Amino acid sequence: MSKILVIAEHLGGKLNPSTARAVSAAAAVKPEAIDVLVLADAVDAIAAEAAKIEGVSRVLTIVRAENAHPLAAVLAPQIAKAAAGYSHVFVPSTTFGKDVAPRVAALLGVAQVSDVMSVESAHTFKRPIYAGNAIVTVEANSAHTVVATIRTASWPAAASGANSAPVEALNVDVALPSHTRFIELQQGKSDRPDLQSASKVVSGGRGVGSKENFEIIYKFADKIGAAVGASRAAVDAGYVPNELQVGQTGKIIAPELYVAVGISGAIQHLTGIKDAGTIVAINKDGEAPIFEIADIGLVGDLFKILPELDSAIG
Amino acid sequence: MKILVGYKRVVDYNVRIQVKPDGTGVVTDGVKLSANPFDDIALEEALRLREKGVATEVVVVAIGPADLTAHLRNGLAMGANRAIHVVTDAAVQPLTAARVFQRLVEKEQPGLVITGKQAIDDDANQTGQMLATLWDRPQATFASKVDISVESGADGKATVTREVDAGLEVIEVELPAVITTDLRLNEPRFIKLPDIMKAKAKPIDTIEFASLGIEANDHLKTTHYAAPPKRSRGVMVKDATELVAALKQKGLL
Ligand SMILES: Cc1cc2nc3c(=O)[nH]c(=O)nc-3n(C[C@H](O)[C@H](O)[C@H](O)COP(=O)(O)OP(=O)(O)OC[C@H]3O[C@@H](n4cnc5c(N)ncnc54)[C@H](O)[C@@H]3O)c2cc1C
Ligand SMILES: Nc1ncnc2c1ncn2[C@@H]1O[C@H](COP(=O)(O)O)[C@@H](O)[C@H]1O
Repeated sequence: MSKILVIAEHLGGKLNPSTARAVSAAAAVKPEAIDVLVLADAVDAIAAEAAKIEGVSRVLTIVRAENAHPLAAVLAPQIAKAAAGYSHVFVPSTTFGKDVAPRVAALLGVAQVSDVMSVESAHTFKRPIYAGNAIVTVEANSAHTVVATIRTASWPAAASGANSAPVEALNVDVALPSHTRFIELQQGKSDRPDLQSASKVVSGGRGVGSKENFEIIYKFADKIGAAVGASRAAVDAGYVPNELQVGQTGKIIAPELYVAVGISGAIQHLTGIKDAGTIVAINKDGEAPIFEIADIGLVGDLFKILPELDSAIG
Repeated sequence: MKILVGYKRVVDYNVRIQVKPDGTGVVTDGVKLSANPFDDIALEEALRLREKGVATEVVVVAIGPADLTAHLRNGLAMGANRAIHVVTDAAVQPLTAARVFQRLVEKEQPGLVITGKQAIDDDANQTGQMLATLWDRPQATFASKVDISVESGADGKATVTREVDAGLEVIEVELPAVITTDLRLNEPRFIKLPDIMKAKAKPIDTIEFASLGIEANDHLKTTHYAAPPKRSRGVMVKDATELVAALKQKGLL
């Protein structure tokens, strides 16, 4: 039988929704137990949130001052130790998970399955390659621990509230390196919904033209209660900060509604929105590739259409 | 200080990937191959560090089949001092690639290894992190800015800005270390014709993979390839009013 250790992702004392998505993937393995491991300098609030997630058997915590910031080189040795006795270690495939999971795998001397989209059996998974242009079925060696990152856009967040899993402190005796130091996190402050978990997203591309013009995207997003995203071209041009980038090298998202404004639809961008419910494209070029995959397309100038939408919604 | 650069050859990022009808792989015959875009960025960063006087030598490394020579010549033409070609016909998985790099690190004693954050064929995003672990050194993944001055380099420190989901994280790592590149780190230079000529005289060391004594116990077996579910073209609406009506009908507004 499988026993799965899910590594909690958190920031500022709050559990990231990616954790509950990884729990969903763990549940698909139909394991005997799903334990969530929280590593932090103060774990209580995070552990309490994790304990509520349905399907979680236990929440394990490792409290150390060194765990104040998620440094892979510091966390990995603790996770590798804690992994003893587990058949699987699952980590969300976010920048946090992508950074730390390979370090855990290397410490355990095992391969890693990146970006699990579906669980076929305890050791068989589907994952995307070539920016999602091919899906492969991979079999991990059942003699070893499976270390995997979970493609969050492929999994719903496990429900929260009905559970109250026990929280247990874990003591792992392991020396931690001091060769890596956290300096700062520069974080864009925003009251808008979080791009990775929002049900609606409005993204702007190079067609928006400037940082100032991007206001029109923010305004429309606020009107419909959406998070704001962007193409790489818009980020590179300095219209918006990097954390808004959607796509192969940005965020992979699955909102119910995705509105692409002034975005041509390069494959690297489309990789990020394949799992969206409804894709709407607004572009002045009727030949733009985005229309090949959009559920609803509207050809025209965004600077004319967005204000019109605004008044049509009322 | 010497810098080793991961320089993998992959299917060019502009190629539309086709899965073979029998599900045994993707079509690679006759398609354009290029350096992994993140690796071009890795090489560019290494060259800039050499130009600043932080590094003295830049070595590109590729693991792959015998016909990688032309690919490595591109890296040399871009400006690397020399190349190492670890020859194998088998596709190496990240843990094995990391073990190969680890052997080269033992031999070459670099102050820095720069790899791409991911190879755009397997999209694994693992090799740099695994190498840092086997080597027991720091990693700074998804770098969008690397600060090593001649002074800080001599002190053995690099300050790296990383693109993370929450924004930009700045960390300080002691050297030697592994850095993996994100797209905004730099814009790789173009190769100029005279440099292609010069590159012909630069050395490429070839090492047989088998001679490294690495067990290629790649634990992942790929059993099937499939095309992704296709999203098809939907409807076109003629104006904002129609769009709003369509979204309301779907319950999205
Ligand atoms: C390895 C790699 C990884 C990458 N990763 C990503 C990624 O994660 N995310 C990503 O987005 N890209 C990524 N890219 C870049 C990608 O290839 C494209 O270059 C990028 O997505 C283009 O952005 P865009 O659509 O905004 O710009 P463009 O392609 O320039 O398109 C702009 C569009 O705006 C339209 N437009 C202009 N003015 C107006 C107007 N007034 N009204 C309406 N429409 C207008 C134009 O018709 C055009 O279609 C990656 C590239 C590489 C090589
Ligand atoms: N066969 C290889 N040859 C050279 N470099 C490689 C190879 N495999 C991986 N790398 C390096 O490791 C990075 C990450 O690869 P991956 O973990 O496969 O996504 C790449 O961008 C390269 O810099």
